[in-house]
Amino acid sequence: MTVNQLATKYAFSVVTMPEGEKIVSGCYVGDLLSWVMGRAKAGNVWVTIMSNLNVVAVASLVDVSCVILAEGVTLDKEIVDMAVEKGVNILSSSKTAFETLKDIASEL
Amino acid sequence: MSEFVNFHFDVDGDNFVSAGQASVKVKKNLREMGLDPDIIRRVSIAMYEGEINMVIHAGGGVADVNVYKDYIEIILDDHGPGIPNVELAMQEGYSTASDHVRSLGFGAGMGLSNMKRYTDDMQIDSTVGVGTKITMRVNME
Repeated sequence: MTVNQLATKYAFSVVTMPEGEKIVSGCYVGDLLSWVMGRAKAGNVWVTIMSNLNVVAVASLVDVSCVILAEGVTLDKEIVDMAVEKGVNILSSSKTAFETLKDIASEL
Repeated sequence: MSEFVNFHFDVDGDNFVSAGQASVKVKKNLREMGLDPDIIRRVSIAMYEGEINMVIHAGGGVADVNVYKDYIEIILDDHGPGIPNVELAMQEGYSTASDHVRSLGFGAGMGLSNMKRYTDDMQIDSTVGVGTKITMRVNME
């Protein structure tokens, strides 16, 4: 499944979608960035509540397929612009990380 | 020594929130060179951790990435306070980062261990009061 398809099927809000054809595979949940860099795998969906600029850098470096911001977390425009520039897909959900993952787990 | 390509960066120690730009640039440069995606991922994550460390602890520094035929070398050099106990600093979970740094998602004590995890060789040369130089190598295969 692509990030585009995931967003549509589960009605996530699309924050950025510069590379919507990336394939989603597996998931990592976490807010400590070094843990994400040490444990997340390329192609993973990364669910987090962090909202600073470093999220974009880490998502790009780790090659996650997309970031899902849980709990209705929002991003400043500067960060959104950077994500588009770096080719980082970001979705948003009003649900908790657990509820978000429970919905999409069968796709991963 | 064989011919190589060098990427040099001055790491700004004042802007923590936007730290990591050099690593993202390296990733882009290595992609343009057509290198293996997994190698690029390992190099850029290891460099990012080092870059963040330089910003958190040393007020910035310089970073060099040298691409040779058989390996990529990452050299991070700062004039910060140095690491009193390298063995302790290498332990996962050990951190001296401030609460502010932790609130941004860093300071989990995983930086150096991630650098070691993603590289084939890592040397730390640190002198208290002088600075720290970290040399990492990622083999091409």
